[in-house]
Amino acid sequence: MAPAIDTLRLTAEEAVGLLERRELSAAELHRAYLDAIGERDDELHCYLRTLEEPDGEGVPIALKDVISTKGVETTAGSRILAGYVPVKDSTVAARCRAAGLSLLGKTNTDEFAMGSSTENSAYGPSRNPWDPTRVPGGSGGGSAAAVSAGLAPWALGSDTGGSIKQPSALCGNVGLRPTYGTVSRSGIVAFASSLDQVGPVGKTVRDVALLLSIVAGRDPDDSTTVDSPPVELPTAEDLTGIRLGVPRELNEHPGIEPGVREAVARAIALAEELGAEVGECELPRSVEYGLPCYYLIAPAEASSNLARYDGVRYGPRVDAPSYREMVERTRDEGFGAEPKRRIMLGTYALSAGYYDAYYGQAQKVRTLIIEEHRAAFERFDALVSPTSPTVAFPVGERAADPLAMYASDLLTIPSCLAGLPGLSIPCGLADGLPVGLQVVGPQFGENTIFRVGHALERALAFDTVPERLR
Amino acid sequence: MTTWEPVIGLEIHVQLKTRTKMFCRCPVGFGAAPNTQTCPVCLGFPGALPVPNRTAIEWVVKLGLALGCEIAPRAVFARKNYFYPDLPKGYQISQYDLPSCIDGKVLLPTAEGDRVIGIVRAHLEEDAAKTVHVGGRSGRIGGAEASLVDYNRGGTPLVEIVTAPDIRSADEAKRFLQLLRQTIVELGVSDAEMEKGTLRVDANVSVRPEGSDELRTRTEIKNMNSFNFIARGIEAEVERQIGVWESGGEVVQQTYDFDAGSGTLTARRAKEEADDYRYFPEPDLVPVEPERELVERLRTELPELPADRIRRLEEELDLERATVLVTGGLDRLWGETVGAGADRVAAANVIANALVGAGVDPGAVPPSELAKLVEARDRIPRAAFDEAIASLGDPGFSADPYLAQEAVSDTAELEPIVARILEANPGQVEAYRGGKEGLLGFFVGQVMKETDGKANPRVVSELVREKLSA
Repeated sequence: MAPAIDTLRLTAEEAVGLLERRELSAAELHRAYLDAIGERDDELHCYLRTLEEPDGEGVPIALKDVISTKGVETTAGSRILAGYVPVKDSTVAARCRAAGLSLLGKTNTDEFAMGSSTENSAYGPSRNPWDPTRVPGGSGGGSAAAVSAGLAPWALGSDTGGSIKQPSALCGNVGLRPTYGTVSRSGIVAFASSLDQVGPVGKTVRDVALLLSIVAGRDPDDSTTVDSPPVELPTAEDLTGIRLGVPRELNEHPGIEPGVREAVARAIALAEELGAEVGECELPRSVEYGLPCYYLIAPAEASSNLARYDGVRYGPRVDAPSYREMVERTRDEGFGAEPKRRIMLGTYALSAGYYDAYYGQAQKVRTLIIEEHRAAFERFDALVSPTSPTVAFPVGERAADPLAMYASDLLTIPSCLAGLPGLSIPCGLADGLPVGLQVVGPQFGENTIFRVGHALERALAFDTVPERLR
Repeated sequence: MTTWEPVIGLEIHVQLKTRTKMFCRCPVGFGAAPNTQTCPVCLGFPGALPVPNRTAIEWVVKLGLALGCEIAPRAVFARKNYFYPDLPKGYQISQYDLPSCIDGKVLLPTAEGDRVIGIVRAHLEEDAAKTVHVGGRSGRIGGAEASLVDYNRGGTPLVEIVTAPDIRSADEAKRFLQLLRQTIVELGVSDAEMEKGTLRVDANVSVRPEGSDELRTRTEIKNMNSFNFIARGIEAEVERQIGVWESGGEVVQQTYDFDAGSGTLTARRAKEEADDYRYFPEPDLVPVEPERELVERLRTELPELPADRIRRLEEELDLERATVLVTGGLDRLWGETVGAGADRVAAANVIANALVGAGVDPGAVPPSELAKLVEARDRIPRAAFDEAIASLGDPGFSADPYLAQEAVSDTAELEPIVARILEANPGQVEAYRGGKEGLLGFFVGQVMKETDGKANPRVVSELVREKLSA
């Protein structure tokens, strides 16, 4: 008889130990998660589909539905890809398979990863395990909520402007957006190619680091990948010699809720106690221009990336008398409101006569943001701030107000534009809901931010299990 | 009365004969069953990423060097966005504002010295797939019952070469293209065959009063699938434009299809809106930065180019013969045949006329045997000579059995036949005497026919001339 498995508490690292010591079989572990999913996912709707049988001998994993999985439907949360079954694994899915990880299922996402609440999924919103009347964040709300609710030991998400870090913050777990170019995008349904990056979600910094080590590395199928330094699993529990920068604009923005600000301030004070040197710095352009810059570049690239969904080769087709009408109707019925909005924005930004004023200008601003961060990292090893200005907000609150929704990513977007790695760790509660601390590193500085995150995680001793599920 | 000068620029697409496609590992081929040479990348599946073909990048550099271009230290692929069923991603990847090769020139040898044809750019791109419109009118998409797409060709590497508007006549365009084609073929980067579509040419044509340096409105001619049709298409368009200007009209910017059957131009239906391709840098690819050493190595490896060889041969022959030999890829055989003892001019004539007419592969011809035939060409019967030429490419060919045959040179035997032929063609005789000396060949031909090709044509020709001047 296998021991009872508490999926709410079990870390991936512990699960690896159990399997290695043969205290548990992969099938038993897989079953335990399926049971948890059966128990709680009706309410949370983290999964779009699950796999009954394990396909590996290792720890189970959940993959965001933008990650192509051979033989398993991959919809990116969109009707336009309903029924689309990839003929080939994405590189990250293949690397998970090669490491023996078994696929638990595909998690919910805002359509084409466009959103900050998972409410834009064509298949219905996911819910926050801490309070199901609230959103889990997005776009990777399904993965983040699944990890916090014990429905997966860990998961992979994708981050364009905050889609890993923000849901992790809102669900009270750990999420990493790696340096651009560290993890292959081959087989990831593209949103904005110059920003998209796959990354891990877990209960601990070490789990996240371990999963990164499985999926990272140059991929001949993605020319934008590079060789990155080997991942070091963090062990140090102090922060001696670490210089932490506190960007004023990211910590004092008026949109930040007081409870969030206090929790983050406490975490920064704790870091100082652990030996870090803490100093203020400034990123004036990153915050002032980051959001508009992002909302030109990302929709511009998206408008082009989404052009392939024309009903000609795959996905549902709405028949019509002519090619043009067929494409128009297929896209009209297949895309939800948010992709349509971004296709419109992006098409406009790239149009003749507007390119220089919008897309071209945004690229220049992006260069300034990169420079500003580079300057900050001459003085600091990592930059800290809240991940999200607010805790999880009620389902429906921002759904009708795109600008309010876009503001959810105000603090994550600057480092995304700069291509830098960022970690979100839970650092406390505000009004009973988790607050995320964002730790941004220099290019390829993953090991440094793991060290910062791990030491703080130990000292903070945050309980990642939602109070209502304890 | 105004004399008009044509101003012509060409856009040439060359399909590279790399083993695999531009951005994936599918084979490049001609004639495979539809949609068998495809993969997720060239079908534009979600998440599939382009990976540039290194050979294609090397070859565009090689071609650029042969066209006297500067090789860009940094070239950038862009996306050209538009919807069409043969474009699976909804965009074509093509170099745009930063092409691989710029500012070249080709020196076209002419009787008046070298004409300089500027090369504005040569850039890499991917070919579209092939669409067949079934039903409806003339194979157009409008009104078609169905469109069938074969993606085998989609993603084949293409080089687009754009000339400056430096070409001044249809004949010059043709001679430039013959020289360019031979250059491409000798570089080994493409078969450059118009009938197979591996070489495609569009012409931009305008006219202006001679002596002026203005550039008037130009039109574009497409759909010409041989060098002769290109020349005819340009001629027809030049005449049409002169007619328009001289009748007080105005040439309108327009695209025409050339119909080879009727020799006429048909205007394409004007588009309702202007094209806006919304170009932007392809974020899935990094810039092409060929190393200095590679460029220099390719430069030193360039073979002696056809234009240089024409100028070299011109010293030994004349421009026309030199051009025919070089652009036909026949000059090496000519050199070896002359080396084996054949007369220069006679060898050139035999190779350019008899050998090419017989469709013999010049690469398979033993020069020493050809030299013997060239020397014996007047001595042996015409029929035997023709047969020998046609068999030159056969393995183990020897000229000796043919050389043993003697042509009939006996005037006593030939005179009555000549007399009979002249009697039977009184009209031609009268015309010849009236000054149409070109008819000599006709009479000689008739005698040759009468003697089953056994007569010595030189003797016959003398006899005919003698009789007619009597």
